[in-house]
Amino acid sequence: MKKRFLFISFKEAQHICDKAQYDEATGWEKTKLMMRYAWCRITRAYVQRNSKLSDSVKTSKLNCLNATERHHIKAQFDKELTKQER
Amino acid sequence: MPKHLINPDHWIDRYSDYLFNFTISRVSDREISKDLVQDTFFAGLKSMKNFKGEASERTWLISILKRKIIDHYRKINSKKGQAEVRMTYNTNEDEGDWLEERVADPFDKTAQDTLENEELGDAIYSCLEKLPEKQAIVFKMKTIEGLETEAICNELNITPSNLWVIVHRARTAMAECMEKTWFN
Repeated sequence: MKKRFLFISFKEAQHICDKAQYDEATGWEKTKLMMRYAWCRITRAYVQRNSKLSDSVKTSKLNCLNATERHHIKAQFDKELTKQER
Repeated sequence: MPKHLINPDHWIDRYSDYLFNFTISRVSDREISKDLVQDTFFAGLKSMKNFKGEASERTWLISILKRKIIDHYRKINSKKGQAEVRMTYNTNEDEGDWLEERVADPFDKTAQDTLENEELGDAIYSCLEKLPEKQAIVFKMKTIEGLETEAICNELNITPSNLWVIVHRARTAMAECMEKTWFN
């Protein structure tokens, strides 16, 4: 029971790591992840790759349309497409 | 037989964000960018019969968009020209540098940084295009738009645990793709 309390599976570690990319992991979850990170090579590789992806997205300063904007463009486009098909 | 086929039915889902990102980095205005992207899709529809299939749909749409952006700047410059004429005839000396200040680039970016970020952005969008639609939507909402988990779940009508499964799959696929195309 105690062991389960302190140690997490690789799947749990992945989940916490994913949440941590969006600042949604709690301090306790991060501690558990770090404990596994210390001894598990696969966890370390996953964390590093995941962080690299987050850094890339941040550096690229990507922009995208929000759902409302996309819906609006799609609606206008569909109208135009229907006209064209007539 | 052409190397690439054209299918406007999926243009918005596949290319609207890529085109929008391309535009906003050049015109720095969200509303204008949206209009230019929409105009590009309309123009694409009208000139579909000119698509020879030598380049991909995305490349073809970008070439239309580039012309739209140039036209936009031409319009601005012609307005700027009119403003300059007005300024020449303005007798108020304090307003002499008004136009230059308006036109000056407010961002302290080097050309090199901008180019690298743009190439990185292209690589990310190319990888995003390879994801299943749902994963791409969730990844964009969560990672690019930075929306809260609850907001995405409400919008897409999914549970938080379902969202994290999708996020995990999307991130794994994105990281693999980026490793092949960018990191190495």
